[in-house]
Amino acid sequence: MTPLLQLASVTKHFGAVRALKGVSFDLREGEVHALLGENGAGKSTLIKVITGALQPDGGTIQVAGETVSRLTPSAAHQLGIACIYQQPALFPDLTVAENIGLRLEPDTSFRKVNWTGRRTRAAELLHRIGAEISPEAEVRSLSMPEQQLVEIACALGSGARIVIMDEPTASLTQKEQHLLFGVVRDLRQNGVGVVYISHRLEEIFALADRVTVLRDGESVATRDVRVASGSGAPASPPTDLTEAELIRLMVGREVAAIYPPSEGEAGDVVLSIQGLGCTASGVNNVTLDVRAGEIVGLAGLVGAGRTELARILFGITPADAGTIRLSGQTITVHSPQEAVAHGIAYVPEDRRRHGVILEMPIAENMTMAIHRRLFPGSWLRFGAERNLALGFIRDLGVKAFGPEAAGGSLSGGNQQKVSVARWLATKPKLLILDEPTQGVDVGAKSEIHKIIRRLAKEGLAVLMISSDLPEVLGMSDRIAVMRGGTIAAMLPGKSDAHTVMAAALAQSEAEAAA
Amino acid sequence: MKRHFREISVAGALLLLLGFLAVFAPSFFQPQPLLSLLTREAPTLVVACGMAMVIICRQIDISVGSIFAVCSTAAGLLAAAKWPLALVFPASMLMGALMGAINGGLVAGLRLPSIVVTLATLVTWREALRWIRQGEFVNLPVDVQWMGLSQVGGQWALIAISLAVLIALALALKHLSSGRFIYAVGTDAEAARLAGIRPQLVTFLVFVFLGALTGFAAMMNVVQSPQVDPKSGTGLELKTIAAVVVGGVAISGGRGTLWGAFVGLLLLACISPALTHLHIEAYWEKAIQGAIILLAVVADGLRNRKGNR
Repeated sequence: MTPLLQLASVTKHFGAVRALKGVSFDLREGEVHALLGENGAGKSTLIKVITGALQPDGGTIQVAGETVSRLTPSAAHQLGIACIYQQPALFPDLTVAENIGLRLEPDTSFRKVNWTGRRTRAAELLHRIGAEISPEAEVRSLSMPEQQLVEIACALGSGARIVIMDEPTASLTQKEQHLLFGVVRDLRQNGVGVVYISHRLEEIFALADRVTVLRDGESVATRDVRVASGSGAPASPPTDLTEAELIRLMVGREVAAIYPPSEGEAGDVVLSIQGLGCTASGVNNVTLDVRAGEIVGLAGLVGAGRTELARILFGITPADAGTIRLSGQTITVHSPQEAVAHGIAYVPEDRRRHGVILEMPIAENMTMAIHRRLFPGSWLRFGAERNLALGFIRDLGVKAFGPEAAGGSLSGGNQQKVSVARWLATKPKLLILDEPTQGVDVGAKSEIHKIIRRLAKEGLAVLMISSDLPEVLGMSDRIAVMRGGTIAAMLPGKSDAHTVMAAALAQSEAEAAA
Repeated sequence: MKRHFREISVAGALLLLLGFLAVFAPSFFQPQPLLSLLTREAPTLVVACGMAMVIICRQIDISVGSIFAVCSTAAGLLAAAKWPLALVFPASMLMGALMGAINGGLVAGLRLPSIVVTLATLVTWREALRWIRQGEFVNLPVDVQWMGLSQVGGQWALIAISLAVLIALALALKHLSSGRFIYAVGTDAEAARLAGIRPQLVTFLVFVFLGALTGFAAMMNVVQSPQVDPKSGTGLELKTIAAVVVGGVAISGGRGTLWGAFVGLLLLACISPALTHLHIEAYWEKAIQGAIILLAVVADGLRNRKGNR
């Protein structure tokens, strides 16, 4: 039987970063094929390649046995490929029927709209997936899962044969999940191929026929979840694939890079938080200590609440429960100014947007947070600014033409160093790093690792958020694993990837070790 | 040099225009009309300085003309009530600052778009003034005009004051922390916030500051004539925003200098008298000013596209 979709050694580069290093994947008629991988394994890039949003650099894509040389979003649509994103892409001010009409009706810019037909079709599609949504409802008034159901109705209505679902259950309640599973099984029954992306292993066992595991941009294995059967057949018995096996495939063997070793003993407790929470950002009951000279890695999946925790500590979204103690003193942090005054520094993720002001010279970026101290009386002393910048440029090995070079003229790794310099200039006690090496090339990455370790050695307490598992394992003295807005496990720095991933995925260690 | 390319090129255009006039219409350089021209533009320059700060902060204030009119009338009434000028000046500034605080409070406090907020206050102040004063002029005591100086002395004094304001503010913007913060907030408010700056406070204060400068400029205008026209300041927002944009302050915030706004204002202000002296019909004035503004915006657009690549 020809597969609906077949990808062979697909590759994709972004500059120097190889997001996909060779992915092979096939989707049969009437099967649910799960895609599994940790953050940054290449899942989103792969979806974008399948939907035509990105052009691969190499490899072949076949749809129903025919090689597609240039897959664009409109070509993908015509070939019957539909994607349901985590964040539905609907027009909030239009009704459900109008949204469905916009997707499914041919170009009707200058034709009279058949309102009755549009409503009838919408109602019929929604009925088919068992959604109790009025076609007249404005999309704005729908909940996130309801909007996903509208997306599914669109996919169904377009006669899609290949449906991609990107973590569809991330925001669903139990009941809505059941509804969704019903819809997915229904699609399978009708011969549709479903690519199902999820972090939740139990869903994969409940729903999928096969699973492909991605790691570092490569497809490492494809396994049967169920005993292969004819297409569209009702659920057949499961194979002997275990969750532990899947986790092992996801995390791979060993830490490849070499990390600077941890030396010496950790000092006094610098940061001590008790039962910290913030309803608005979904963080609850976090208890954690960070000592001077210690690097605590904060691991967890995207959405587990790591950045949110950092933002609470830095006063961006102040806590509404629990206590924060810094060097033994109970403090409250209601704004970044207060955080800075207390000696907390936060190097945010997404430095291109918020870490470094790209239009501003390096020197101005570095002194941004210390105006009050460096410029008493508010009169800028350009000489002092320049000297401070030169010091950091030398100290952190920033490769730039000089302190006057604009932040935007630097490479990613050097921008990150500027961002770190800005916060070191505040002479903090606690340094929070959010994804410090995201999008940084390998050489700069190890330089940044050395800098972080050196800072810790000099007595700084470091809290490092990272989705890069080897980095967390290689750098951390202790690892806090977050899940669902709280700390799920506190592990020693010498833990293995397996244990961390199991904790992040809500798995008991015993089970994972089995 | 490269950093101030825009200021220099606008200044170059201005010099070119002046050189052209020197050859073909030397009558342009008669001292008295030229002095009057500069005196007329002195209040505009003061407002343009504040406007440049607001635009660098990635906001806009189109209500300055109405604030100007309200301050002028109120200051005129105070002066008519025999308040000494030394008190009328600060009173007018305070009044302007209050109206600026309303703009700033709505923009920074409620995070409303500044163009809509100031459009609303533009109409509100103007109509309220019309309703209260019924379009009546305020007659001023004799000693108010030219601040008790001779006409020429008063004109020079106003020009000197406006230049002093320009120099002081240009230096402050470059050399004070608060000036740097305005640029930072205008470039990336979120990044500024993460760096411990309070973007909402900075935004609020630039509006207050522009209001106070507008009140001051209103006084500089009041002392130029024997009575206060309740319609004064009409179109001031266009003149100042045009000057600022032509002078290279990016409407998208974070970039530009007061020097640029200064040369931009001079260039635009010279067009009208230049046409008169070149015997070109005055109808062309707006068209030429429009073309200059368009040219400036296109230049910015091209630079941005190049920058993004």
